[in-house]
Amino acid sequence: MTTATHTAAAGNHLSTGAALLTIMKLRTFIALFAVIIFFSIFAPNFLSTANMILMSKHATQNAFLAIGMTFVIITGGIDLSVGSIVGLCGMIAGGLIMYGVALPLGYTVYFNVVEVAIIVMAVGILIGAVNGLLITRLNVAPFIATLGTLYVARGMALLYSDGQTLPNLTGREDLGNQGFSYLGSGSILGLPVSVWILIVVALGAAYFARFVPLGRHIFAVGGNERASRMSGIRVNRVKMFVYMFSGFCAAIVGLIISSELMASHPATGTNLELNAIAAAVLGGTSMSGGRGTIGGTIIGAFVIGILSDGLVMMGVSSFWQMVIKGLVIIVAVVVDQAQRRLQQRVTLMQMAKAG
Amino acid sequence: MSGIDDGDVILELKDITKAYSGIVALKKADLKLRRGAVNVLVGENGAGKSTMMRIIAGVERPTLGEIWMDGERIHLNSPADAVRHGIGIVFQELNLFGNLSVAENIFATREITRGLRGIDHKAQVEKANEFLNRLEAGISADTLAEDLPIGQQQLVEIARAVSLDTRILIMDEPTSALSAAEVDVLFRVIADLKARGVAIVYISHRLEELMRIGDYITVLKDGQITGHAMVKDIDTRWIVRSMIGSDAKDFAKQVDHEPGAEVFRTEEICLPRAQGGYAVDHVSIGVRKGEILGIYGLMGAGRSELFECIMGRHEHYTGKIFIEGEELKGRDTTRRIREGLALIPEDRQREGLVQSMSIADNLSMASLGQFLKGGFHIDLKLEKTAILEAIRSLSIKAKNPEFDVTSMSGGNQQKVVIGKALMTGPKVLLMDEPSRGIDVGAKADVFRTMRRLAGEGLAILFSTSDLEEVMALSDRIAVMSNGRLVTVVDRRNATEDMIVSASAEGHKTRRMHA
Repeated sequence: MTTATHTAAAGNHLSTGAALLTIMKLRTFIALFAVIIFFSIFAPNFLSTANMILMSKHATQNAFLAIGMTFVIITGGIDLSVGSIVGLCGMIAGGLIMYGVALPLGYTVYFNVVEVAIIVMAVGILIGAVNGLLITRLNVAPFIATLGTLYVARGMALLYSDGQTLPNLTGREDLGNQGFSYLGSGSILGLPVSVWILIVVALGAAYFARFVPLGRHIFAVGGNERASRMSGIRVNRVKMFVYMFSGFCAAIVGLIISSELMASHPATGTNLELNAIAAAVLGGTSMSGGRGTIGGTIIGAFVIGILSDGLVMMGVSSFWQMVIKGLVIIVAVVVDQAQRRLQQRVTLMQMAKAG
Repeated sequence: MSGIDDGDVILELKDITKAYSGIVALKKADLKLRRGAVNVLVGENGAGKSTMMRIIAGVERPTLGEIWMDGERIHLNSPADAVRHGIGIVFQELNLFGNLSVAENIFATREITRGLRGIDHKAQVEKANEFLNRLEAGISADTLAEDLPIGQQQLVEIARAVSLDTRILIMDEPTSALSAAEVDVLFRVIADLKARGVAIVYISHRLEELMRIGDYITVLKDGQITGHAMVKDIDTRWIVRSMIGSDAKDFAKQVDHEPGAEVFRTEEICLPRAQGGYAVDHVSIGVRKGEILGIYGLMGAGRSELFECIMGRHEHYTGKIFIEGEELKGRDTTRRIREGLALIPEDRQREGLVQSMSIADNLSMASLGQFLKGGFHIDLKLEKTAILEAIRSLSIKAKNPEFDVTSMSGGNQQKVVIGKALMTGPKVLLMDEPSRGIDVGAKADVFRTMRRLAGEGLAILFSTSDLEEVMALSDRIAVMSNGRLVTVVDRRNATEDMIVSASAEGHKTRRMHA
């Protein structure tokens, strides 16, 4: 119980603590390498180009949603509605191509594919805006507000076609709305178009988070809303933005999935919000707000995507896949909490020792 | 120090260190509490007294160090642990449930029950009345706690602690809200408890009180024990010397410059209180360029609320605010900042800092608009230059601006908050208790900075409940009491007596009305 041993023990604690902290911070990278190495050994053809492209297409869908989700979570909120927005936006895209918009007086307007994409994205942003208004103006908790829009949007998607799938979205030459398949099946320089779009959106989001005041404010609001307000940050505007952006990302996914399948199904995107949250959390976004990076989230989305595809290739039953995915998410959050506590402890110990 | 270790020690703190994010509140402090005695603890604001008591009461756990009770090492992991060990505390801030009756408050968490038939309210009220009568409180145990005036609420807290059969009773500034008659009652209760072998820990700023009832005295300064003695061996001068130490408050030297024209004025600022009356009661005040105006007042005098009105934090205040003769139109904080106001909030952790961000991000978060190119792109170089300039001019000790802001000491964190406000280019700076929770050295630094900024032409309005501070730092002194601006005097004409009596003014008139 002498002071000397006491200090030495504390010193040891400190250095192991710091080392552990570094490992925890790199956990997403470690997880990515772990899944890649694991499956390249145990899953046949895992490393083939065809498989890589297929997996990246799958992971891309999660990644879009996860980017939007990351901003939302950084502000301290959550967006449960994105899966339903995917479904509704897919239906609207399909409907616009198949049926156009019937105007009174018996005219029907058909839009070309670019116009359809723009309208669908506007719808996604609009639903995000509804989420934002509920949360900022009516003070509904984000969880509840977006849970509500989750049901409403899914219901609307089902109502749109009475639950039917809209098949064969090839468009008609005489209407000039062909080419919808390009988004989901086209490729540029060997990479799928959707992956290119992801690259653009991800770089844009990362740029936004660092170089645009509104992007920076997202972090401040999530870190300390009161202090942000006192510093003159328009907190409501920031929150509106993140939910609208999340809706926008969901709309893109809706377009991509419909384009890939050349069909719109109203149940598309069910549970995708959970994948997006998982990807964000796995990528180091803190559920309590204030911390997170777009890069980390993308890696997280790829870890989850590769994990599920790899397990399929290994022939693991889909029931086990669910169990494994769930465990990975739980471990990610546990590690996140442990990291926070450890970080605090290390800082406090350092300060206590420094006096 | 010899001859004072004879007492019957019940609780001992050994080598206690407590670090919060940003500040080390206690540094290797030792404390012995003696049975059947009044153990007095004194120290300035922020010296670590309350932290020490929170550790004894199980509210906080020490970062390092040990607690021994009756020769055994104990761990106090929760307030319930402390209660089990017979430790009771009357906190400085009131911890009553306003929506419950006095009896329910006294018996909270250990209600008297009749088996499955639930709480025996009648028995509770009877027993509670017993305790209250012993305190001669004149309170009926079935009144709602929130209906009592502050002084009586304090007595309820004391009754609750007494009712716990405590062996150690901690009282953190119990007399701050009591009238002289109530203090006498309290002292009789203390004498009674003492006779029954209870160890009393008594924290107060009122030295004459300490001399009157203390047996042992321990002085804290900057988280360290600087003096320990028996009260009968010492005098108030010894206490002051131990409290302030050799490095007496180094307030910034007065740089004499004549303040310029009036840049800031409020007219009839009024903020109604939810319970009726006004939190800010028709306050009209003006500040001139390069002037420091200190607002002195006790807790609840309405200083913070006034600042919040000025910053547009309350929607339903009335009154007008002018900067350089122009009335401000926008009512939200964002526009107020744009129009040249900035506030250093009282509660640095809750309203000043974003703990999850770096030092640099905290500094620039309010002024990102200044570094834009092409309307939306932040020029990182421009931003970095401004951040480094702020760090240099405020002499913030930041090894690396990219480090977390929580890795700094409290004083430096405060400077980051000041830096953030200054980077918005304000004409008027509002500072709410700028020296709260920072150590003496950092205080002097903050004060020097205030002087320098005033010298550069900034108008500063600061609030404090520290008399010495307001006297030393202000060009003019305003005193607020119970929401009203009682008086504004030039520092040269101000005396401490005058200010203290003015600060009680609002309460006097209230009592007369009542």
